[in-house]
Amino acid sequence: MVPLSHVLALSVTLFVIGAAGFVVRKNIITVFMCIEIMLNAVNLAFIGFSRYLGNLDGQLFAFFVIVVAAAEAAVGLAIIIALYRNRESLNIEDLDSMKL
Amino acid sequence: MPVQIETNLVALFYIFAAVAVVAALSVVAQRMPVHSALSLIVVLCSLAAVYLLLGAEFIAVIQVIVYAGAIMVLFVFVIMLLNAGRETPSHRSQMARWLGAPLVAAFLLEVLLAIWKQFPAGALHPAAAMDAGPAAIGHLLFRNYVLPFEVTSILILVAILGAVVLAKKEF
Repeated sequence: MVPLSHVLALSVTLFVIGAAGFVVRKNIITVFMCIEIMLNAVNLAFIGFSRYLGNLDGQLFAFFVIVVAAAEAAVGLAIIIALYRNRESLNIEDLDSMKL
Repeated sequence: MPVQIETNLVALFYIFAAVAVVAALSVVAQRMPVHSALSLIVVLCSLAAVYLLLGAEFIAVIQVIVYAGAIMVLFVFVIMLLNAGRETPSHRSQMARWLGAPLVAAFLLEVLLAIWKQFPAGALHPAAAMDAGPAAIGHLLFRNYVLPFEVTSILILVAILGAVVLAKKEF
């Protein structure tokens, strides 16, 4: 079986890639996708620990994270559509003020 | 488990891990949002395979259905709807460009080192294979985690209301 440290290494690598993309990207939809990568990295850590501690609770937490991610995606994309209707842009540099 | 199958499974883990990391890099590197979305689907599916190898069958299936299915369809739909094109390069400062990558690499190395120290190889042996099917998950979900489950239903209700209000109203 794979050692736990390798599972965690994969998880951390994905998280760092997601965090870097969150800072680097300028398209708000791509930024949102980077958040999804980070959520998945955390899920992987939960499931890795669940496997190595012989405890199903970690998998349930991953399940809840997926549910919250689904709700977050629905609301977040609705906000992006509302923003686009107002500002006609998806570039986060144009979306830096709360009020027009 | 026979040794041959065991080594094959370990090799599969590393293959899918490499695919996930490369696809994640591609999500960040692509200029077109649609290409990013397609790469993200590859990340999610290879992570589902990793979950399978870690013995989390139920979560692996949920990952494919909910993430790679529902959420990514939503993403692609919005990208098509808003006609999101190529990202325009921005005039960010030069310091960020030259300092960013080394800082990210240093942070990654630091956390990896911490993991190495905390969990040296072989420090924690995997527990005996456990039953992670829908029945076992359901038992746990409706016995120990009923309150979070109910709170989740309220969260989804609020999310539906929020999405409808945001889509309807003129701001």
